[in-house]
Formats: sequence, structure tokens, C-alpha cells
Amino acid sequence: MEVLQLFISGISQGCVYGLIALGFVLIYKATEMVNFAQGDIMMLGAYVAITFINIWDWPFYWAFPATVLVMAAVGVVLERVLLRPMIGEPHFAVLMLTIGLGFVLRAAAGAIWGNEPRALQTPYVGEVLRLGEAVIGYENLAIIIGTTVLCFLMWVFFRFTRVGIAMQAASQNQLAAFYVGIPVKRMYSLVWALSAAIAAVAGILTAPVSLVDPLIGFVGIKAFAAAIVGGFGSMPGAIIGGLLIGVVEQFAGLYLPPGFADMSAYVLLLVMLVIRPQGLFATMQKKKV
Amino acid sequence: MGNLLELRNIETYYGPVMAIRGVSMDIPEGKIVSLLGANGAGKTTVLKTISGAMEPQKGSVTYAGQPIQGKDPDWVARRGVAHVPEGREVFPFLSVDENLQMGAFSRSDNKIRQDIDMVYSYFPILKDLTKSQAVNLSGGQQQMLAIGRALMLRPKLMLLDEPSLGLSPRLVQEISKIIQRLNSEQGVTILLVEQNAKMALNVGHYGYVMEVGRIVMEDSCARLQQATDIQEFYLGMKEQGVRGRRRWKQRKTWR
Ligand SMILES: Nc1ncnc2c1ncn2[C@@H]1O[C@H](COP(=O)(O)OP(=O)(O)OP(=O)(O)O)[C@@H](O)[C@H]1O
Ligand SMILES: [Mg+2]
Repeated sequence: MEVLQLFISGISQGCVYGLIALGFVLIYKATEMVNFAQGDIMMLGAYVAITFINIWDWPFYWAFPATVLVMAAVGVVLERVLLRPMIGEPHFAVLMLTIGLGFVLRAAAGAIWGNEPRALQTPYVGEVLRLGEAVIGYENLAIIIGTTVLCFLMWVFFRFTRVGIAMQAASQNQLAAFYVGIPVKRMYSLVWALSAAIAAVAGILTAPVSLVDPLIGFVGIKAFAAAIVGGFGSMPGAIIGGLLIGVVEQFAGLYLPPGFADMSAYVLLLVMLVIRPQGLFATMQKKKV
Repeated sequence: MGNLLELRNIETYYGPVMAIRGVSMDIPEGKIVSLLGANGAGKTTVLKTISGAMEPQKGSVTYAGQPIQGKDPDWVARRGVAHVPEGREVFPFLSVDENLQMGAFSRSDNKIRQDIDMVYSYFPILKDLTKSQAVNLSGGQQQMLAIGRALMLRPKLMLLDEPSLGLSPRLVQEISKIIQRLNSEQGVTILLVEQNAKMALNVGHYGYVMEVGRIVMEDSCARLQQATDIQEFYLGMKEQGVRGRRRWKQRKTWR
């Protein structure tokens, strides 16, 4: 039964990796930029939620959408102010910019909210669901359900809505997208809004489980590994890669000597790069610019 | 009728390389204008300068009486200029139907479905492929899809960049007919870039000839067909020279 228990915790942790990975992949697919601040944007989302809920006493179910909206706006501002002027600059310059952005966000969070870990107050904390002998905390359940719902919404958005299809179009063939009149630059803003909003959801969901401090954004590194395992550029791949790393980590923690759990994500990444360098979901797509 | 598009002394650069060296052209409303020239003459660059993919260093592009040089290509497209670039630039992982819907992205009227059916009436083959991903279409079908998608914009002006490239003679025939029908039935003004001079001169009303970034000749297509230079360099040479080149071009578009 311990196996089931571990598996569920792994899935729940993996969902968080997967959501952050999804943010990486969205931005990469659309703009060919890698946003290394993705984890720190999640951290910022968690703090915005803490501000609304713990400090301003807003009800959780209002604060949740409010946080997502605020973070979407933050995403747009970041894209407009920082990234758009970088169009056409070398990739490493953009990379350095987003790494620098991560430093700034961590320092700012420390200055505003302090470095002490804080817990986000949620209406569901402490409750558990029993599945035979396995016990799932409601906060873990919330992560799994939240991620599932979000993935479904994303699928509907990209598959069926006009704007979602246009975002796919712009990432598949940027030039052709311009020529049919799709406002490609606005699509970039939208992609940043979307990935910041997803990061915010990840932040809110994970905050009750792992306390919030300015450094929680470093899970972004594991999420990055998850995105690569999934085949950087594939959205389902990002989620599956996240789940895989989450589960492997749990079992490594039990069966391997201490310390291996934190390493296992990168071992998995290395193994993946050796046996299947294109990732789980190879994206055949070659970009035309 | 007046000119829908006027280029005046356009100079366009790739970095330090001057690709267009002072080009002026008039595209009268409702006409088909052909632009001929060998590889590297600068035909594609002229189209890119019109549609806003490139900004001219000097000169002006006037469309429907309004200067449009230096505007973003999506802005220009939304004002009714549909650029069909060389190399069949479709959205590879969207279905044929979705590709056509994207052509109408900037429209908000309720005639979109109707126009998709209109495109299918021009290209009946596409109708059997509505659900297929564009990447799985043949080269000719992709070219039709690219033209059809441009039609979905309900353009006033269509810029066609070598639509006949790599197509069988039968398909070239078919595309020529469609270009003429679009012009006469839909009233679309067309600027047609071609290396296939025979086709371009048959289809067009008026023609320009480009060499290394300059316009070297212009006249009605009927008179251009009679000009000895043209017969020698563009119509005569077609048999060997352009064939070989065409095969090379085909590979280039694979990327
Ligand atoms: N991306 C680029 N960078 C630098 N120079 C370029 C680029 N694209 C084109 N050129 C140069 O600009 C000139 C004009 O090119 P352009 O593509 O407009 O010619 P074209 O007439 O369309 O030729 P083709 O028949 O081969 O399509 C050529 O000399 C070419 O070498
Ligand atoms: Mg060309």
C-alpha cells in the first residue's frame, strides 16, 4: 500500500513540475525563447495569493481567480517591457535576461514579503481522503484535480478556439501568420499571459503543501528537466515529463540512499538524453521563421 | 481606374546588401501585373517590401492612396493585401479547414463559412482533404491551399510569389486559369511574380522585367511577348536553364 501512497504523492508533486514545464514549453514554442524565470513567476504568484488571502483576508475562491488575472497581467508587462525589445537579439542574451529576471524577482520577493517561509491559508488544509490504506491530503488532491482541469481547459483552448488555433498557427509558421493578418506580436503577449497564469495556478496549488519562500522558484530547474524529458515543445510531453519526474523522485527517496531523491530528476534527464534525445514526445515540427 | 498600388524609388537592403535599387511600379486597380526576372533579381524582396515583411530604406509604397511602407505585415494584411509567399507556406500541423479559417482571422463577418465553400469551388481537391493536416498534402495541393487561404482575407490586392514553381505543366495551366478567374470573378488586383515567363505573360495585362534590383523593361504583356530580348532571355531559355534551376529551387524549399 505504501507503493500507492508514494505514487499519489509523486503524481501530485509531478503535477506542479508539469505545470511549470508547460509554461516553459508554451513560451518556447511561440517565441523560441527559454524563460528561465518561469519558476520564480510561480513563486510570485504564490506570494500574490498570500497577500490576498493571508494579509488582506479575501475569500479563497475570489483570491484564486484574482491572483491568476494579476499574474497574467504581469506576464504581459514582462513581455512588452523586457522581451519584445529583445526580438532578433541572440538567444543567449534572452536567456541571460530571464535568468537575471529570476534574481530580481527573488530579491524583490524577499524585500517585500521577507525570507521566512509562509503557509498559504486554504479552506481545505488538513482534510484527507482515504483510499483503502492510502491517505491523500486534500491539498494534494487539489493539485491533481486542478492540474487535470487546467490541462483540459488548455486543450479546449488550443484545439477549438479561434485565438488558440491562431496561436498554434503563429508558432508553426510565423511568416505565414503575419501574412494572413494574425497579430503575431499580440499573440506573444498572450502566450506570456497564459504561461504566467499557469505558473500562478501552480503556485497557489503547491503553496499549502510546500511552504512559500522566495526560493521555491528553484523547482523550475526540475520542471525544466521535465520539459526536456517530455520533448521540449510538446505540451502533453511537459505534463507527462513532470509526472514521471515526480513519481521517480518519490520512489528514489524510499529505495535509494538519502540524497538520491533530489538527484533522480537529473539522472532521469541524462538517461533520457542518451536513449531518446528527442524526448518522449518528439516534436517533428521544424520552425520556419 | 486609378492605381491600387504605387511604388516610388524603393530601396531595400539585407544588412549591407542592397537588393532593390530604386524600383517604381504602378499596379492599376482590377488588373493582373506580372513581374519577371531571373534568380536573385529581387522579385521576392519587392513583394516583401509591399507586404511589410521588409522595410525600405528609401522610397514609398502607396496602397489605396495611403502610405504603408514600414508597417507590420499583419497590419497590411488586415487592410486587404494578401501575400502568398514562395514555397507554399501553409500551417503544417493545422487541418486544411483550419488553415482556411486562419486566412479569415481578421474578419468578423458571418460570411466566412460561405467563403470557405467558395475556395472549395475553386479548388475541389481541397474539399476532400478538409480534415487532413496541411503537411500531408502534395506540393500542388499546398500551393492551392496557400492561395485559397489568401482568398479568405477577401483581399483587394494579391501578391503571388512564383505560384507555378515545381508544379507539373497541367497544374501550372490550372493555376493560371484560377488566377485569371480570381481577377475577373472576384475583382482581385494581382501582382504575379514568376520565372515562368510564358505563363506570366499569358496571364498578365501588364508586365515589368527586373534585373539585379532594377526594373529594366515594362510594357503590356502582349508587347512584351513580342520583344526580342524577352523571347531570347526568358521564353527561349526556358527549356533547359530554368528547368535545372527549378529542380534546385524545389530542394531549397524543403529547408
Ligand atoms: N535573407 C537574405 N539575406 C541576404 N541577402 C538576401 C537574402 N534574401 C535575398 N537576398 C539577396 O537579395 C537579392 C534579391 O533576392 P530575392 O529573393 O528578392 O530574388 P528573387 O528575384 O525573388 O529570386 P528567386 O527567383 O530565386 O526567388 C539576391 O541577390 C539575394 O542574394
Ligand atoms: Mg523569389
